[in-house]
Amino acid sequence: MSILAVMEQRGGVWNRMSFETLAAARQLARELDTTASAAVLGQSIGHLAAELASKHLEKVYAVEHALLEDYTPDAYSIALRQLVELAKPSIVLFPHTYQVRDFLPKLAASLGRVAVSDAISHRVDQGKLVLTRQLFQGRIRVDARFAGDAPHFASLQAGAYAPDQPDPEGTPPDAADAAHPAAAVEKFAPRISPGEIRTRPLELFRESQRSVNLGAAEIIVSVGRGIQEAGNIPLIEKLAEALGAELGASRPICDAGWLPNERQVGSSGQTVAPKMYMAIGISGAIQHLVGMKASRTVVAINKDPNAPIFEVADYGIVGDLFQVVPALVEALQKSK
Amino acid sequence: MKIVVAIKQVPTRDSQLSIASSGKWIEEADLSYEINELDAYALEAGLQLKEAHGGEVLALCAGPARVAQTILEALAKGADRAIHIEEQAATALDPLATARLLAAALRSEAPDLVLTGPQSDDLGYGQTGAILAELLGLPHATIVMHVEKLDGGIRVKRELEDGWFQHVEMPLPALLTIQSGISKLRYVTLMGVKKAKTKEVRRVTAADLGVAPLAPSVTMERFCFPQRTKRAQVFEGNPQDAAAQLVEKLRFEARVI
Repeated sequence: MSILAVMEQRGGVWNRMSFETLAAARQLARELDTTASAAVLGQSIGHLAAELASKHLEKVYAVEHALLEDYTPDAYSIALRQLVELAKPSIVLFPHTYQVRDFLPKLAASLGRVAVSDAISHRVDQGKLVLTRQLFQGRIRVDARFAGDAPHFASLQAGAYAPDQPDPEGTPPDAADAAHPAAAVEKFAPRISPGEIRTRPLELFRESQRSVNLGAAEIIVSVGRGIQEAGNIPLIEKLAEALGAELGASRPICDAGWLPNERQVGSSGQTVAPKMYMAIGISGAIQHLVGMKASRTVVAINKDPNAPIFEVADYGIVGDLFQVVPALVEALQKSK
Repeated sequence: MKIVVAIKQVPTRDSQLSIASSGKWIEEADLSYEINELDAYALEAGLQLKEAHGGEVLALCAGPARVAQTILEALAKGADRAIHIEEQAATALDPLATARLLAAALRSEAPDLVLTGPQSDDLGYGQTGAILAELLGLPHATIVMHVEKLDGGIRVKRELEDGWFQHVEMPLPALLTIQSGISKLRYVTLMGVKKAKTKEVRRVTAADLGVAPLAPSVTMERFCFPQRTKRAQVFEGNPQDAAAQLVEKLRFEARVI
């Protein structure tokens, strides 16, 4: 039995979530009394592999090929299938990034398996790993257990595990020392032919500059699906005005065109950490939470007491926003 | 273009959920259902591609008898015909099992493009599309914002993290998972419903498709509500009182206003 963490990089730069996966792999290895290794895929990634070698791992796999320079689901699946055959890990862990969501289901299915995607925590029960994941946008949880033969695959939700520090300067907290000698780096060149790559990735790009910088706001009042229709948005604007706040929104509100996309908070919008974040009629799906959970004070107003937004809230009101918000505006004006 | 849109029926967003007494799933009695919202965007994308380039849209849905309503709505919105794979909940809990059924149903169809949502609102695995691509031997792209037809293929705009995007080109046939917000969803009209009732719905079972169940590689064993970890101070009851208490806390305890 062993654990393999598959790290993510683009253009020689780590995706920071990889270090959460690395930390989780080491923790699992300790708890399951086995070893942790890590792999990085790409082209010219020697410096990244060398950085991993100091991270208290059994082994580091540098999976290099010209066809891995730009990500494609075909090349990644082919390379990782060969790596799994070589390294024979029991459990392969990934950060639950957009890229992993793109190729991991394909990779696992090609081996007749289902990955446990977006896991939020784990426990070890009689020597076996049990992973917890969310259903119904975080409203329900389930314990999942691997069945059948290894390898088993899982991806970990952003923020679910505290990361190792990727900082190459100074002395990393887990530098190699006498007790933890640097791991051996094993170079692995997968067999991939250009004919197997069916998609052609083009340049990455960003759209025009945003005119609203929610990142600079001290207070943000955000609105979600609970607002029911565009005509009700002014209710929230009134509250934002009473608080001197910027207006934010969850994805469905921007998808519907009720507020512009530049006001969207979450994994596909802006990431914010204001002094106060007030979420109104937002249930708190993970895609939203990752964009705001670092806020200093979080206030949630929702009619569903089980809404996951209350898990990250400091204060909350359970109730109908159409009654609560006007009452809140009035209370704010009174207390001035 | 022959376009297949794989859709799923899920409990409505505002359902009051409870855990089944077995602890192995939610309590299904009294739930109402609707199309998985992301699949509605995939359907919309399929209908728009058909309107632009001609061809047909085939709706594909696996589930018990109740999904007939969701299929009818897809037909009413403009899908030309449908396949209903009649199956019970046991296999529905595993995205590989579902994808094997969907793939088997498509073997005789040879679509140019298969579309679906990136994730379901209920299980939320976010895997069925990419697994289906693997089983059908198709190239794929996930979380697609825009589809453009080229000679002999397509160019799609993929959403990445932190406001980044990427164009990807691929030949047809291919599979795409469509992001929400790609366009406005059309409504079901009375005329659409009337027409839908005359459209072909092929009903098949796993046995008809020759799909034998596999042993699952993941088992789900205990469903529960999350435990509150952070100590949120929650006010309930009269909205005026709750609002006053909250303002007091924000001013004197959190000191954020």
